[in-house]
Amino acid sequence: MTKQFAAAGVSRRGLLRIGAMMAAAAALPVKVWAAMARPEAAFIATGLDDTFAQIGGTPEVSADIILETPDIAENGAVVPATVTSNIPNTTKIFVLVEKNPNPLAAMFEIPEGTAANIQTRVKVAQTCSIYGVVEADGKLYMASKETKVTLGGCGG
Amino acid sequence: MAGKIRIRAQLTDGVTEVKALMKHPMETGQRKDAAGNAIPAHFIKEVTATHNGKVVLSAQWGAAVSQNPFLGFSFSSAAIGDDVTVSYLDNKGETGSGSTKIK
Repeated sequence: MTKQFAAAGVSRRGLLRIGAMMAAAAALPVKVWAAMARPEAAFIATGLDDTFAQIGGTPEVSADIILETPDIAENGAVVPATVTSNIPNTTKIFVLVEKNPNPLAAMFEIPEGTAANIQTRVKVAQTCSIYGVVEADGKLYMASKETKVTLGGCGG
Repeated sequence: MAGKIRIRAQLTDGVTEVKALMKHPMETGQRKDAAGNAIPAHFIKEVTATHNGKVVLSAQWGAAVSQNPFLGFSFSSAAIGDDVTVSYLDNKGETGSGSTKIK
């Protein structure tokens, strides 16, 4: 064994050190990530109603959610979406794209002190509505807007 | 392989606005290559942003987030010079991160 390591130009001690570093690097993220459970079922749900069911029911339409999305997207692969919630105690923001294979695109957890305002970019497979869903005080609210897509987001 | 995140954080009127751009293919797993073989899914699943070690935003993403994802958000009670870090974990277990000081 020792001879093999020496032949490769790495001492046994050096190898152990590399191993320890890799183990530390691998262990670190787990600690951080474990803080939030991933609603896997919601991400693989197909169809809007299924997705709503997975995130906790059909949201109530609210005028206090400002959803900024383009009316026409030339490239469905990159559609900017901004969700702003003026509902107090907003804890989560979801972005859903109605006709994507799996409507749920992203979910954000908003701790206290962070503004209920998220900007991101999503893929939109075909012309459909984009939904901004907000969870506040355990209740779900939504706003939606249609985006026309001239070139789909699935690279077809 | 750890990916890179370009990040900017700017303090204006007590609110720190963070903009992060991650370099990632965000492959959905539904596309096919020229030979008709499915391209395996490869996308960011989780994103966490911290300010001086405290979580200011955590996100769960699906494959529908665009390639080289952009994330913009803002938070209060921070000062110029504070550290802001954004990191991600993808479905292959790869991670990436970027940090900056608030300007």
